[in-house]
Amino acid sequence: MQVSITVNGEQRTDEVEPRLLLAHYLREVRGLKATNIGCDSTSCGACTVIVDGLSVKSCTVLAVQSDGAQVTTLEGLAGPDGELHPMQAAFRAEHGLQCGFCTPGMVMAAIGVLADNPDPTDREVREGLEGNLCRCTGYHNIVRAVRTAAQAGPAAGQVPQAQEVEA
Amino acid sequence: MIPSPFEYVKVRSVDEALAALTEHGEDAKLLAGGHSLLPIMKLRLAIPTVLIDISGISDLSYVRVDGDGPDAMVAIGAGTRHFELERDDVARTEVPLLPHVAGRVGDPQVRHRGTIGGTTAHSDPASDLPTALLALGGTVVLQGPGGRREVPVTEFWTGFFETAMSPDEMVVELRVPRTGSIGWGYEKFTRRENDWPIVAAAAVDGRVALANMAGSVVRATATEEALARGASIAEAAELADQGTSPGADMHADQEYRRHLARLLTRRALETAAGV
Amino acid sequence: MSILGTRVVRTEDPLFLTRGATYTDDLVDDRLTGALHATFVRSQVAHGRLLSVDTSAALEAPGVVAVVTAADLSDLVPLPPPFPFINQEMTRPWLASDRVRFVGDPIAVVLTEERYQGEDAAELVAVDIDPLPAVVSTADAARDEVLLFPEAGTNVMASFGEPAPADFFDGCEVVVTQALVNQRVAPVPLESRAAAASWGADGRVTVWCTNQGAQQARGQLGDWLKMDPDLIHLITPDVGGGFGAKIGADPEYAFVAWLAKHVGRPVRWAESRSENLVGMLHGRGQDQVVTIGGRRDGTVEAYSLVFDQDCGAYPRIGAVLPTLTMLMAPGVYGFPKVHSQGRALATTTTSIGAYRGAGRPEATAAVERAIDLFAAEIGMDPADVRRKNLLPAFHEPHTTPMGATYDNGDYTVALDKALDAAGYADLRAEQARRREAGDARQLGIGLSVYVEITGADNGAGTKEAAELEVHPDGTATVLTGTSPHGQGHATAWAMIASDQLGIPVEKITVVHGDTDRVPEGGGTMGSRSLQQGGAAVHQAAGELIELARRRAAEKLEANPEDLVVDLGMAGLAVRGTPGVGVTFAELAADDRLLVNTVFNANAPTFPFGAHVAVVELDVESGKAQVVRMVTVDDAGTIVNPLLAEGQRHGGIAQGVAQALLEEVLYDEDGNPTTSTLADYPFISATELPSFELVEMSTPTPMNPLGAKGIGEAGTIGSTPAVQNAVIDAAAHLGVRHVDMPATPMRVWRAIRQAGHNASQEGN
Repeated sequence: MQVSITVNGEQRTDEVEPRLLLAHYLREVRGLKATNIGCDSTSCGACTVIVDGLSVKSCTVLAVQSDGAQVTTLEGLAGPDGELHPMQAAFRAEHGLQCGFCTPGMVMAAIGVLADNPDPTDREVREGLEGNLCRCTGYHNIVRAVRTAAQAGPAAGQVPQAQEVEA
Repeated sequence: MIPSPFEYVKVRSVDEALAALTEHGEDAKLLAGGHSLLPIMKLRLAIPTVLIDISGISDLSYVRVDGDGPDAMVAIGAGTRHFELERDDVARTEVPLLPHVAGRVGDPQVRHRGTIGGTTAHSDPASDLPTALLALGGTVVLQGPGGRREVPVTEFWTGFFETAMSPDEMVVELRVPRTGSIGWGYEKFTRRENDWPIVAAAAVDGRVALANMAGSVVRATATEEALARGASIAEAAELADQGTSPGADMHADQEYRRHLARLLTRRALETAAGV
Repeated sequence: MSILGTRVVRTEDPLFLTRGATYTDDLVDDRLTGALHATFVRSQVAHGRLLSVDTSAALEAPGVVAVVTAADLSDLVPLPPPFPFINQEMTRPWLASDRVRFVGDPIAVVLTEERYQGEDAAELVAVDIDPLPAVVSTADAARDEVLLFPEAGTNVMASFGEPAPADFFDGCEVVVTQALVNQRVAPVPLESRAAAASWGADGRVTVWCTNQGAQQARGQLGDWLKMDPDLIHLITPDVGGGFGAKIGADPEYAFVAWLAKHVGRPVRWAESRSENLVGMLHGRGQDQVVTIGGRRDGTVEAYSLVFDQDCGAYPRIGAVLPTLTMLMAPGVYGFPKVHSQGRALATTTTSIGAYRGAGRPEATAAVERAIDLFAAEIGMDPADVRRKNLLPAFHEPHTTPMGATYDNGDYTVALDKALDAAGYADLRAEQARRREAGDARQLGIGLSVYVEITGADNGAGTKEAAELEVHPDGTATVLTGTSPHGQGHATAWAMIASDQLGIPVEKITVVHGDTDRVPEGGGTMGSRSLQQGGAAVHQAAGELIELARRRAAEKLEANPEDLVVDLGMAGLAVRGTPGVGVTFAELAADDRLLVNTVFNANAPTFPFGAHVAVVELDVESGKAQVVRMVTVDDAGTIVNPLLAEGQRHGGIAQGVAQALLEEVLYDEDGNPTTSTLADYPFISATELPSFELVEMSTPTPMNPLGAKGIGEAGTIGSTPAVQNAVIDAAAHLGVRHVDMPATPMRVWRAIRQAGHNASQEGN
């Protein structure tokens, strides 16, 4: 089947099998390897991306379901001059990542958390990230990073390319 | 892991969906949010040969009040996603139990995709929203080749992944009574916040429904009858597991599940009563 | 001011946060062009005779290039046990030929052009197995009625120690015995296992895999494939977590290299999580009996820990864990008499390996539970019993009855700091108030004091190599044999070099995990990296300065003694005239400025600490929630507090996970019931509080940095603290013990049982 999907602002049309998962489409067809796959059961959230303004687990969405969609991955966050998105900057400042495997999904989910709630408490951040697993950080510095990012204002809860996350 | 191969059909209307269902027969499955179906397809526990994607049917996503006065019902389109229901002002005012429970389903990413029609049709006995719908009463609106029909929620979920729906029908709407300011309670017992409930209890207006205490979501009828007789919450809750047939798994054996049903029913009723 | 001890953010992160790290499955490399995808067909039966494997239907499936079974492996011999003290009959086949021994045992491999074709074709391989009884528990294994290796004559892989003398507890006023389960858990690094292999025309093979030590893995591949290790170029790209489960090569990695040769094309393999949860090593898995005896004044006089280690079907590191548990049995206590004995047993389950702490958490969990049981028996506050029995502060090495020589320690101060920070007296008062009021949510306060061994000789000694070169453009390169997979060595090693050379951290590149560039190394495991690898970088920088001093003296026609390091100019200046001299970069322009060194610590170090866990327990449902974690973790001198805290956080969380949630389970037929992350309760953010870390630093004399290990300490301390807290929350209801994980059902049942016991006593 043909699908036309805009990823990080770039639209492309590709021929895909109906069963191709969006996560594999991003990794194998589009060559965007930041999005990781950590489980088979929609549990870990490593594959989280933003689709049409909402955080979703791309291992549980078919590429064909995303025909016509706007997708943002970790690679689409930084500015053209390499300037970090506020969430990326906060994860670095607060040491919110170690091995880095959960990080792309965690950062995208965290943007979704701030889109819903621009100034969450620690508990609200933890509940907002309940669908994303991390083995390295004990979540402590991830929670701090999201709180820090919130201080940067509304941009921390948005993705570029005018695909604002719906509140 | 990946699903077995299948044919994919995208439909734009209920009529197209029903035509596709008729054409492809029992090998076809409707795909809404896909968050119940795709995970079991990846594990190859389900192997449909045709997926009919109904997520593009835009007029299935709504929450509105039908009629007025005490008989008015809240109608929820089957394509309404959990996060939409969670934030919906009409739902929050007219039937606040539902948006609360919608917000307790899975995690945010799941709530961004999953639909109330999908979870209704899937009939997992541990599902949050069917538990709430069952406590609220009301009907499931089905549409098939012969037109629309309404099935009372008490008759809809008939067993483990089984419903009163025919293979050529689809869920198009859920209709629940307005509860307005009537008290309600929802107690979901999990080991981790975003797990499926080990047991859950929903209470509203003298009715109680339980998740994961039988092959499908069930009403705690003995508790309801006791309440109607004027029993105290504590007395009535002690009967919550009567008539249930809970299973056993690594999280809970039958005895513990029965205990949880009684405990959670008491707490849900207390919350509903403002105690 | 030194950069050491400051919170330098990681140099790794900008790439990780913008493009993502490059894990093995992400590799885009010319050498892997046209690679086939390997999909393993694994046993769905725990134990049985393999009667037949029919590959004909799979061979017809789209994209299938080959299906390999045991019949194709004539040039491979089964893998020998990894240690000489293990029953040598317990060998591991590459692919099962006549018997399967666990659900997940590889039976065949399908090679396909496309990844998606592999799963389809693997389903078509027809396997016929005649089931044998499963051996799921160590108790079943010890009966030796059903044998995994009939030729071995027993399920005992190895035995360690002797029974306690009959009079061991004679004279004790109080003796308490308790059976404890230190349950099997799954390490679950977020990156599952993956490997790729490509052979060159020169007869060398390049193997990429996700592992904690490239050099060790290369040696194993050489042994297993009967190859000269120099013909193996092993690369560990970015590694998505390890936690001990990526120590040592897995047979699958070597097999991918063999497959690539077999079919004459590059081969890649990346397992799914479902495959990972049965195929990758598990951790822990001890059934213990503790006995503790002493006086009613709180003095412990004798302590015994006897246990069986579940090793799974084939011997891996699990079989050697008993030695570490026994070594650390008395922990921080000065018990006059200590006894320990352990056995390693084969069961029809996934093999056990190292998992964060590996053998030491099991020792700490046992002794910390025993202390609480003893305290409960004599009616004393557990903090007081600990104080009474802790080893007094020592600054010279102390040798325990089990033969461990601790470098230094002050356990009482660690405990007091933790209790002060937690507000122990106030917590006890609040607990009393809730008990008095009969609240549904009771407070539990759990303590643990721990010491662990880090940087122990893991078979490769206690040494680590480092190479350091300064380049003419003012940048520098560090080559290290450590193998970071989240720990931040690229940043920390650069800090150590920068501290002595004055070259900014961002100009120093750290290279690791490539055996052609770094042929010698010990990898990252056992909390060894900073104290050995970091110390090697420190030593290399010192040697580089001496080399530079000799060359600068010649160049400047100065006396070497008059040249001092000038950090501001990143070079050597003439004493008394800062800024006048020669930079390291200028010297490198004349001739390569490069040193190679090996640092040998010669001894391990013994970090220690104390944890206070506070839980709220819903006594009606049995569900506990951790509300506070207050920890003292003394790892000696800290090079980068940001990184050290990160290690503590992650460690603490994994301990809480074991205490409350995580357990790998099998049914009676040996079928795993926790083989997806929907079933295995991996801890998430909502089950944890933010942590309260208390600082304490007792530098070790064992290395010039003064650093001890910090990778595993958090887990070792937090696990028993949380378990003790849950039990403490229900202690007033008569509960003395609940095994891990303290699930709601288990706690509820313990409370109910205690109630029954009390009412019967009342009758």
